[in-house]
Amino acid sequence: MAYSEKVLEHFQHPKNVGTLDKSKSTVGTGLVGAPECGDVMRLQIEVDPSTQTIIDAKFKTFGCGSAIASSSLATEWLKGKTIEQALTIDNMDIVEELALPPVKIHCSVLAEDAIKGAIADYQSKNGIAVTAMAAAH
Amino acid sequence: MIKEPMRVYLDNNSTTPCDPRVVDTMVPYFYQKPGNSASRNHPFGWEAEEGVDYAREQIAALLKVDPKEIIFTSGATESDNLAIKGVFEMYKSKGNHIITVTTEHKAVLDTCDKLTEAGAEITYLKVAEDGLIDLAELEAAIKSTTILVSVMWANNETGVIQPMKEIGDICEKHGVLFMSDATQAVGKIPTYPKEIGVHLMAWTSHKMYGPKGVGALYVSRKSPRVKVTAQMDGGGHERGMRSGTLNVPGIVGFGKAAEIARLEMHSDAERLNKLRNRLEHELTSRLEECYINGNVDHRMPHVTNISFKHVEGEGLMMTFNQNIAVSSGSACTSASLEPSYVLVALGLGDDLAHSSIRFSLGRFTTEEEVDFAVEKLVAGVNHMRDLSPIWEMYKEGVDLSNVQWSEH
Ligand SMILES: Cc1ncc(COP(=O)(O)O)c(C=O)c1O
Ligand code: FES
Repeated sequence: MAYSEKVLEHFQHPKNVGTLDKSKSTVGTGLVGAPECGDVMRLQIEVDPSTQTIIDAKFKTFGCGSAIASSSLATEWLKGKTIEQALTIDNMDIVEELALPPVKIHCSVLAEDAIKGAIADYQSKNGIAVTAMAAAH
Repeated sequence: MIKEPMRVYLDNNSTTPCDPRVVDTMVPYFYQKPGNSASRNHPFGWEAEEGVDYAREQIAALLKVDPKEIIFTSGATESDNLAIKGVFEMYKSKGNHIITVTTEHKAVLDTCDKLTEAGAEITYLKVAEDGLIDLAELEAAIKSTTILVSVMWANNETGVIQPMKEIGDICEKHGVLFMSDATQAVGKIPTYPKEIGVHLMAWTSHKMYGPKGVGALYVSRKSPRVKVTAQMDGGGHERGMRSGTLNVPGIVGFGKAAEIARLEMHSDAERLNKLRNRLEHELTSRLEECYINGNVDHRMPHVTNISFKHVEGEGLMMTFNQNIAVSSGSACTSASLEPSYVLVALGLGDDLAHSSIRFSLGRFTTEEEVDFAVEKLVAGVNHMRDLSPIWEMYKEGVDLSNVQWSEH
């Protein structure tokens, strides 16, 4: 199975790899997947509380190329979005952008879950009602 | 001039290139000698039959058996099916119990599984952490209804070689037939069924530098005389055990491949053993946290299976698969995300099974290629670890077994 150009580009030159300080109240962390399943994704956001806008996003992923590309793309999309806008990102948007084949759809679901997990973590840390719901799968 | 990127093939357990000397012997049998080896009444048929007979002798010489004991098939999958189903059907009045091992190839496991529908009882022996079966457990599993023990000679994923002679002795002592899927062993290490006590042996040409689509089943003709029930009806070729016009060019090539293997197996094995050890040594000394899977003393000389902790195999392969061909024990391609059942049977955690890569060298592998692969692997593992959240946690001293994972 050949990978799409976009998956290859994100895989070879992933955007926003790294770690944010999870002890900061402005940082939300989503950790999804499990080593036994062959994929673990950690996605972090830093939010400007005055505008509820995501000012930074970082990820690290253990998984296949599609999972890495999905998380790299997700961090790019997140930057500059408000929490409300970020919650509208759907895994199928990632599938479409990266041209993922059907067997790789779960990698994009993982990315959507990681986004929602990071937002939920930020919200609960700051006493905001959690509006993020994990994707159904 | 644009330089082609270097492409290194280290996936010889999947299939080997056809040796050019093999190809040369095959060519005349496509056009100049087009006969059907079963045509008895003209020189075209005689010529084809001569080619097949000669190949049968070349193959018999490799195994030190009688040419009449070789049944040609389309490959190891067919040979495994013919041996196991054929023995079950032929001997089911004597018993319905078959013993095999959890790390066998699917061609054996699924065949046995299928036979349960026809009333077979199957015992699946477990393997130890090093991939070897327990001989006492094998002996204890044999009962009055046991008709067949099927144990592969060498494992395709780890290269681990089972104690064949000891298994043969146990089968002899209890009077049960011993069949072996020797696909990964024939032509690479000595495989003499009569010395070992193997009564049926399946393998394929395309893993020993011959063409694809042709294989064989060795069936012992003397002490004991074994028969298998044919699985296809037709012209009664191959002593009635396997009907169908023979793949004459394929068989001629298979014969040549067997002859080359007989003459060059020892020098190939010695050279490849050095290269494999070099690959293994370089990787394990330059990278932290790598583990070699399977028994390192009872192993094929050209194979190594290594887990690179906290790196997912499929992702790792993507870092170098434009240049290097290997296999991964991670089948992370579907929602079920199943790691290799062979590695899981060795007791590897799913995480380490997902992190494994199989390197299988071959006759045409060079030292330069191995060194190139090492560089690519080291860079790839480092790239993947930089990206891996669990590598970061591990480095921070987090006990990963205490983390609340969200399995999906
Ligand atoms: C141990 C073993 N048995 C059987 C087979 C099946 O061989 P073939 O595809 O030629 O039928 C293979 C090849 O993958 C193998 O490694
Ligand atoms: S992470 Fe398992 S296939 Fe993508």
